[in-house]
Amino acid sequence: MSTSPETKEKIYVCRCEEITLEEIDEWIDRGYDTVDELKRVLRVGMGPCQGRGCQDIIMREIAKKTGKPITEVAPMRVRPPVKPVKIGLLADGGEK
Amino acid sequence: MDWKSSAEAVIIGAGIVGVSTAYYLAKHGVKDVVLVEKGTICSGSTGRCGAGIRAQWGTEMNCRLGIAALDIFEQLDDELGMSIGLNQGGYLLVAYTDEEKETLRKGMLLQNSLGIQSRQITLSEAREICPGLAAEDATGFFFHARDGHADPFLTTFAYLEAAKRLGVTCHRNTTCTGVTVRDGAVRGVETDKGPISAPIVINCAGAYSQDIAAMAGVELPNWAERHEILITEPVAAGVCPCMLMSFSGNYYIQQRPHGSIICGMSPDGRPEDHDNGTSWQFVEKMSRVLAKLLPRTRGIRVARQWSGQYDMTPDAQPVIGETDVKNFYHSTGYSGHGFMLAPVAGKILAQHITGGKPDIDFTMLDYRRFARGEHIMESNVV
Ligand SMILES: Cc1cc2nc3c(=O)[nH]c(=O)nc-3n(C[C@H](O)[C@H](O)[C@H](O)COP(=O)(O)OP(=O)(O)OC[C@H]3O[C@@H](n4cnc5c(N)ncnc54)[C@H](O)[C@@H]3O)c2cc1C
Repeated sequence: MSTSPETKEKIYVCRCEEITLEEIDEWIDRGYDTVDELKRVLRVGMGPCQGRGCQDIIMREIAKKTGKPITEVAPMRVRPPVKPVKIGLLADGGEK
Repeated sequence: MDWKSSAEAVIIGAGIVGVSTAYYLAKHGVKDVVLVEKGTICSGSTGRCGAGIRAQWGTEMNCRLGIAALDIFEQLDDELGMSIGLNQGGYLLVAYTDEEKETLRKGMLLQNSLGIQSRQITLSEAREICPGLAAEDATGFFFHARDGHADPFLTTFAYLEAAKRLGVTCHRNTTCTGVTVRDGAVRGVETDKGPISAPIVINCAGAYSQDIAAMAGVELPNWAERHEILITEPVAAGVCPCMLMSFSGNYYIQQRPHGSIICGMSPDGRPEDHDNGTSWQFVEKMSRVLAKLLPRTRGIRVARQWSGQYDMTPDAQPVIGETDVKNFYHSTGYSGHGFMLAPVAGKILAQHITGGKPDIDFTMLDYRRFARGEHIMESNVV
């Protein structure tokens, strides 16, 4: 997606999925100006940190580019935090 | 974005079906199309689905739609100018009784007669395709190499971006609250942001399409059914390279290109609601299936779970076409296979609306078949 010349310094917003500020700006410009949609198109916040490292930066960027107050930018929809449990344990534990 | 109060066509719902229909309408010359979406793009079933794509079906109609959709998917990156994350590892169907094997075999013969190169394979061949598969209790295996899955978000966004380049607009966070009908013909829609007048309105509201239909006085016997799904942490490739699926075994399992395994099963009974709720019972049941079928998944961790709605019809086949209200169309009722059918469904409906001959004659998918008792029963569904 990135069209910048290699020389321009890259700012990584989401370290887990290696997404740059430039890519985020590009998609906000195309109208994808919600955290949920940016997550869907770029996978930002879908990595191991689940958005803890990048969500605030993304929300601020959306607010900045759309001129909306940050309080009007909705955070990510939270998927039930399944405790990362091994399938083997779940399978045996559930046996009746 | 500027509000558009009139258009050549309004499409209600920006899931994969609405967005692909918008794209093909624009491609066929109806460029002034407005999509109306109550949430964000992909906030409905599309963003929650397994995104499997297959041509192994049990009815002629679904086979024709399935293979036509595959033909489209295979060249979609080029056509839309963006990667849709297509991954063709094949679908491996597993039968557990002789009766089920016979049903799948009949389906395979039908598929073969329509140019779909599915085939029956042995357990050892199945193990070559899906290493570590433990299915000694199975009675038969069927495989079609061109089946697979794509990224549901990227596919929808790719269609949307291409549609926007052709002139389509999309009003997000805009709820359709009424369908305007005068003298037996549709005239536009009412929304919470204001009315939009249009000579053509298409209902692509997925699990809510019966509500939209009712706004125009049209009765659709569709209902929403909750289906749960989970994803594991990413692991090295090769755990489940194909889509592994069984109708009687009640599972579908696949590994995404980035390594996570996505899997789901049908619920007990008919959880009929719009609530995308989740349960621990599902995670346990699904884990038992995984541990038995693919023992090496025992050490893999479940990362997240969620659910979405199947937009059901009495025969699990879609409803496509015009209604008793002139120029008010449906493209809905895709139950568990709307992602894979959306490219072809959008295309044939656009061909029909713009006066052309659709690639596939879909008159039998008229919603009035239910009132006539003409259900087209499909065997190959979870
Ligand atoms: C768990 C699960 C797994 C699945 N797996 C697969 C699979 O492997 N392969 C496959 O092909 N299919 C699968 N499906 C089915 C697939 O997700 C659907 O058939 C498909 O996404 C339907 O697309 P759609 O555009 O019709 O619906 P949706 O994506 O639901 O879009 C409809 C849109 O209409 C909007 N809307 C509703 N009411 C209004 C209103 N009043 N005003 C404005 N907008 C409105 C909604 O917000 C929604 O965005 C699965 C589904 C689920 C739930």
